[in-house]
Amino acid sequence: MNSTALKWFGRSWMLVVYAFLFLPIFTLVAYSFNDSQLVTVWSHTSLRWYKALMQDSDLIAAVMLSLQIAFLSALVSVFFGLFSAFALNRYRRFTGRGLLSSLASTPLVMPDVIVGLSLLLMLVSVQQALGYPERGLFTILLGHALLGTAYATVVVRSRLTEMDSKLEEAAMDLGCRPWQVFSLVTLPLIMPALLSAFLLTFTLSFDDVVLSSFLSGPGYSTMPMVIFSRARLGLNPSINALATVTIVVVSIVVIATTLYSLRQERQRKRDMALAQRE
Amino acid sequence: MASLMQTLKNSIPSWLTGRRLVIGLPYAWFLILAFLPVLIVLKISLSEMQSTAVSGMVSWQGAWPSIKLDVSSYLFLASDELYLATYLSSISYAFYTTVICLGLGYPFAYFMARAPKQWQALLVMLIMLPFWTSFLLRIYAWKTLLVNNGLINNALLAIGWIDSPIEILNTPFSLLIGMVYSYLPFMILPLYANLSKLDARYLEAAADLGCHPFKTFWLITVPLSKAGIVAGCMLVFIPAVGEYVIPELLGGPNTLMIGRVLWDEFFSNNDWPMAGAVTIVMLLLIMLPLAIYNKLQSEGRA
Repeated sequence: MNSTALKWFGRSWMLVVYAFLFLPIFTLVAYSFNDSQLVTVWSHTSLRWYKALMQDSDLIAAVMLSLQIAFLSALVSVFFGLFSAFALNRYRRFTGRGLLSSLASTPLVMPDVIVGLSLLLMLVSVQQALGYPERGLFTILLGHALLGTAYATVVVRSRLTEMDSKLEEAAMDLGCRPWQVFSLVTLPLIMPALLSAFLLTFTLSFDDVVLSSFLSGPGYSTMPMVIFSRARLGLNPSINALATVTIVVVSIVVIATTLYSLRQERQRKRDMALAQRE
Repeated sequence: MASLMQTLKNSIPSWLTGRRLVIGLPYAWFLILAFLPVLIVLKISLSEMQSTAVSGMVSWQGAWPSIKLDVSSYLFLASDELYLATYLSSISYAFYTTVICLGLGYPFAYFMARAPKQWQALLVMLIMLPFWTSFLLRIYAWKTLLVNNGLINNALLAIGWIDSPIEILNTPFSLLIGMVYSYLPFMILPLYANLSKLDARYLEAAADLGCHPFKTFWLITVPLSKAGIVAGCMLVFIPAVGEYVIPELLGGPNTLMIGRVLWDEFFSNNDWPMAGAVTIVMLLLIMLPLAIYNKLQSEGRA
């Protein structure tokens, strides 16, 4: 195979894989505008399922609960993720560092059912002993925050690794106390990573069905739990409408934050260049 | 203000240094939420189910605690052939998923790493974009695509490859489509991270010495990307073994996956010791891949 043929082979390979990855998303959006009751037959364009979605109070309540849990879970995850990334990145030697590193990365690959079941059995044991916590928002939050902390650790840790440590050293030389170095130098520098960790862990929580099913109590159904129970029964066009709404919202947020971080990055580079010229 | 800070400072015990706080806080968090639960599952798997509650493991006879280990759940697990068949079938589904993801993902990551530099960020973003859309909704979309009168069957009918709709949904094939679909990005990203760092000088040297491009690929590119291959395979294989949602939505009632068995033991049969035993055996099965994965993580290569 000569190099032109190889190039075209590469391009078509990539195109096919991208098509495979995006096909379901386009289908969701397209069929949300389909008037037919059958998800598979195209009749004509309509907003019928969006109207049905707006009247679906069960689903709307579930979306609200999911948004609450996702927001809180993202906050907690970024907080603990920041600490564990710092511990692993800044302290090279301490007893049990290997264990912490394993514990922080295991939830990333551990099957959801194992995490969900084991957390639930522990929470039930705690409840039997102390009478607390009731299963509900708090227990779901704990599960999501555990998973989120693992992801936030990866994101923040990689940012800390590639960060220029000279800036922190300079601040220390100029007499900053450790806390000031952190809040005046380190924190602003890792802000983009904290922001993307927040978005990532928010999405993870908003998307989770297995952990929530194990950890939720009566009266606490998250959005994925409602979708899952409906999808098990069959196909339901208002789910397509809901999917389209989430896709639009998520795309706007992702694009906006990407543009924001790019601008921040450019601004920082400009400032650095300026500082060096002076 | 200054005196307030001073009071606050004095109220912090002297052993609590910044370093101890930074290490101790995440340590406690992960020990309580990730490590302790596994010990409790182990304990419950060795307990006996008494009507609706799990019996206590330790009972007191006078001053001596007597620990009763009930291995009946494990014995049942070992004696029932359905459990064995389910474990084997979970592992083989996870294995096929990993192999197909590697087959699709390696060339993809390879070409992505050799694409013009200014495009690469966009190409990576396009791989991550589906991830931002709910995984559950994307699997649900495959259900729409794969049903008998769905888009895939209609397309195949239209181009004349088939004469009547074929049964795709609720077969092992549809399960594999869903699994490969969901896990492919987890294969591509570590492979790309690895291949994009490959030093092009090795390839040039091989070419200068008259090595055929295919031979160069097998003898240089593939061995150098071994860490990426292993990382990608572990990221796909380990979670795939215990997958629950995809088989439930796309696999139909007859595909055996251990995640579903665990779910049913817990939610339908309410048999906690059995669910615990199923979990512990699953953990043992993924122990080796997990150790390899953690080793890669701590070396910072993954």
